[in-house]
Amino acid sequence: MAEIGKPINRIDGRLKVTGAAKYAAEFNQPQMAYAFPVRSTIANGTIRKLDTSQAQASPGVISILTHENAPRLKPFSREQLRTLGTNVGEDLVVLQDIRVHYFGQFIACVVAETYEQARHAANLVEAEYAEEKPKIDLSEELPNGLRPEKKAYGPEAQLNTGKAAEPLRAAPIKFEQIYKTSYETHNPMEPNGSVAWWDGADKLTIQESTQGVLTERAVIAYYFDLKPENVRVVSRFTGGGFGNKAFPWTSNVLAVMAAKVAKRPVKLVITRQMMQTNVGRRGETVQTVALGAEKNGRLTVMRHHNETYAKLTNFFEPSGETSEILYNTPLREITYKVAELNLGAPTYMRAPGESPGSFAAESAMDELAYELKIDPINLRVMNHTTVHPQKKLPFSSEYLKECYRTGAAKFGWARRKIEPRQVRNGRYLVGYGMAAATYPGERGTATVRIQMTADGGVKVLCATHDIGTGTYTILAQTAADALGVPIGKITVEIGDSNLPPAPLSSGARTAATVGPAVQAAGEALRRDLLHLTLAGKQSKLNGKKADEIDFSNAKFFVRSDASKTDSYIDIMRRNDRTMMESCMTTVPDAAKSPSESCLIAPTSREENKNEEKYAFHSFGAQFAEVWVDEDLGTIRVKRITSVQDVGRIMNEKTARSQIIGGVIFGIGSALMEESQFDKRWANPVTRTLADYHVPVNLDVTEIDVHFIGKPDPRISPIGARGVGEIGIVGISAAIANAVFNATGKRLRDLPFTPDKLI
Amino acid sequence: MRPFKYSRAQNTGNAVQTVAANTNSKFLAGGTNILDLMKEDVERPDELVDVTRLNFSQVRTVEGGANKGGVSIGGLGRNTDTANHPLVRQNFPLLTQAILAGASQQIRNMATNGGNLNQRTRCSYFYDTAMPCNKREPGSGCGALEGINRMHALFGWSNDCVAVHPSDMCVALVALDAVVKVQGTDGKERSIPFADYHRLPGNTPQKDNILNQGELITAIEIPKNNFASKSYYLKVRDRASYAFALVSVAAALEIEGNAIKNVRVAMGGVSHKPWRAVEAEKFLTGKAATEANFKAAADAEMRNAKPLEHNKFKVELGRRAIVRALTQAMKGGTNA
Repeated sequence: MAEIGKPINRIDGRLKVTGAAKYAAEFNQPQMAYAFPVRSTIANGTIRKLDTSQAQASPGVISILTHENAPRLKPFSREQLRTLGTNVGEDLVVLQDIRVHYFGQFIACVVAETYEQARHAANLVEAEYAEEKPKIDLSEELPNGLRPEKKAYGPEAQLNTGKAAEPLRAAPIKFEQIYKTSYETHNPMEPNGSVAWWDGADKLTIQESTQGVLTERAVIAYYFDLKPENVRVVSRFTGGGFGNKAFPWTSNVLAVMAAKVAKRPVKLVITRQMMQTNVGRRGETVQTVALGAEKNGRLTVMRHHNETYAKLTNFFEPSGETSEILYNTPLREITYKVAELNLGAPTYMRAPGESPGSFAAESAMDELAYELKIDPINLRVMNHTTVHPQKKLPFSSEYLKECYRTGAAKFGWARRKIEPRQVRNGRYLVGYGMAAATYPGERGTATVRIQMTADGGVKVLCATHDIGTGTYTILAQTAADALGVPIGKITVEIGDSNLPPAPLSSGARTAATVGPAVQAAGEALRRDLLHLTLAGKQSKLNGKKADEIDFSNAKFFVRSDASKTDSYIDIMRRNDRTMMESCMTTVPDAAKSPSESCLIAPTSREENKNEEKYAFHSFGAQFAEVWVDEDLGTIRVKRITSVQDVGRIMNEKTARSQIIGGVIFGIGSALMEESQFDKRWANPVTRTLADYHVPVNLDVTEIDVHFIGKPDPRISPIGARGVGEIGIVGISAAIANAVFNATGKRLRDLPFTPDKLI
Repeated sequence: MRPFKYSRAQNTGNAVQTVAANTNSKFLAGGTNILDLMKEDVERPDELVDVTRLNFSQVRTVEGGANKGGVSIGGLGRNTDTANHPLVRQNFPLLTQAILAGASQQIRNMATNGGNLNQRTRCSYFYDTAMPCNKREPGSGCGALEGINRMHALFGWSNDCVAVHPSDMCVALVALDAVVKVQGTDGKERSIPFADYHRLPGNTPQKDNILNQGELITAIEIPKNNFASKSYYLKVRDRASYAFALVSVAAALEIEGNAIKNVRVAMGGVSHKPWRAVEAEKFLTGKAATEANFKAAADAEMRNAKPLEHNKFKVELGRRAIVRALTQAMKGGTNA
């Protein structure tokens, strides 16, 4: 029976709940020292003087790194990093010069015998600055902003600039509004942290909390001028990584530097306060959405202008993403303007672009629907597209209208009144809202090695990651099916740069990327076993043809005569094999990818992703019911129905958890998450989880998740697209639309804290 | 954190003497606030005297004195135990509600009653040593006055400090006319009316309350009252739980015939001290418990509010919260 799809518990669940799953900071080493960074207390200027004398004299201090004495690293080069297949969180090489770009930037680092000694001595480092006025007000800086040609990951940023004006003028129905979204900061339970140790001058091991062991290896090898194979990055478990562990940050480099200087293993784990300043955030956005339509609701033109900030990176929040995909319209104009601020780099955060972008675009669709007195679902269905509007390619597999239909039925959408303020429950106004969601179906190249030992145990090996998503479990399920081996026989070893290569675990790509490689390697190993049994003189299957044979429970058997069997263990024993292995690289397109990490030559299996013929996207529909206490301005989300078209479901339970997590992230975004910065000093006043609110249990009620479950045969033979990102998309718009339905008030400025409704 | 000396007090007298003798020492009870502040280098004591083994954590009926028949809660009682004690639940449901509106279960399990009174503001300029703050470093200026002051004071602030006291429990205690019992350095006990315990900032915001160095809270007495059937604690915050108040209101009424015989209104999140809404109380006393009167009382109180740049919404929110809390109190204090 197929393991894929079953809602089985995580195979690593017991390790996690018993504390046996070790995270980066738990890999204490003999003779380990502790590093604690010193942060700048200005946001713009230069360091005039760093006085470390008091800190130096503090008990337990081993060394203090500053720009004056830190090892010189190779200068930052985006081009060179790109050729190495990687990137960094921030284009800032730590402790190399006196420039301060943002508040909290690391300007020194104390290494001491204990954490407490390091932290205390860090407080004793005195800095003098030549301070300049920081740029921190987005609206003030936007006039000097730039219009970037490309988005960070390549595509054109500016689409049809200026072309929407005329069609908008001519449109019978015109709508235009400005929407704002807040700075959001990733707050996974596990903060970014490393334990690093050198073996001589040119070999290095890092226990890391990361979404990319190989991308980190490449960056560290580059900066420290090492051979990549001499750098080992290990991340067996990652306690959440929502984009802020995708690429290395200055803290990662600092840990390695500190270990080099101290000549000892060094642990560096950043504080919650540093999470607010040093490992990226989602940029604030100001989005102007204009829609032109016929009186019947058919869109004639869309314009989505996006403003945000960037600093020390070519990344900026791509909030026009969903507007590129959803809806059929003769013309769409999508533009960006990006200002520089004295803030650390913005970076990828769960559904980068889609999350804030869908707030604006899907609120606007709701506003248009209300203006035209059309049901918001009908307006969306009327403007539905089955073709990627930019690429002019059909979607590989698309069931968005089924998402609307299923969602409406499960949620009880028919009960919704078009006019607001119609439903009360005690002192609460009750409202319903919905929004559409989309996210790209990403797939990359991955290599997987599978080993079977004489006792029938199976090991699946790959340098991919489980960032809390369930990777361990779904890879075991996939291997069980491909090999026909009980899942209990399978162990999965991932999160180590010495293993066969896989890409960064970001963009909801891991299941779609690594799953097919596991399947291919499993099938290859099973074929090798099959050849041995068919050719084996003592085998009951000797002389049969391959297509007469079936397999299950670690055995082959003749389909027409199930008494004729041969077990994998017997096959290996008879052939004197203590271990058999296979290694396969699967690629999403025709290009072959050699993979040097496989000890045996990898076999590349081409799985034409049909990039030329199809566009790969997931879709969803989000429904929200809110209860609003109008007097006090409080909004409670009473329930969410989320229907997702994400291809085949690898594990009903872990997939559901991913969507639930995304929805909760969306509730946070809608109701409370906001990093705030003082306009004079550019310091965050939301310093910890006491000020930067994420939802607590009481903010989260019933979340009803449904999957369309139709495999996407064009993305891979398995047919799964990712589930990590799409759960958040559209949630804040669905809530905003529900608040309007409840109260008649249209909120266009996230998050919806009580002051916005009062 | 800075190195410090730790000792465990053997008895109250010894604890008080030790802390009185060293102006740079502090008591350690639940540690839910002071340890955070020490890690952030905001509090820099060189000595902590652990009082958690001392024996004044009981909740009991007051046997004699001015508050005879009332309830005494021990200074070292844990917030959770206090909130759930039958004497408190039956006599002062307002206090139970207020305590349970604060922090999280885990923090309430650790935090003590005395510590709740003595916790420091959560103003982020106070916590960030890179920022000016007169409370942390007298003379350095107030970062919040012209900064992001959304969470800050409406009443009683000065140009030196606009911070608010973060407690929920204290809002109920000031409404209930509690009395703080303090063990003095001279070995004698003194009683401080709750409304006098915390201070307005003036030009010495570094002092949160009127305790002298070494004085230790042994108990808080709540006099008997007739509010149990009509009281309510309302807390408005940015998320459903585990957040400091934007505005909170403790309301309690005693009705005789058609008129309000006795009323208490206090507010949290609006001042450097738990704010007793005396104008609202004055207006309501002797009048009928109607929505119109509640609104007029709220207006009377909020008329004196002086909002800052980012907390203007709290004036209207405070007005509505007073009306809501009084309305709910009249309904018997349920959430309906």
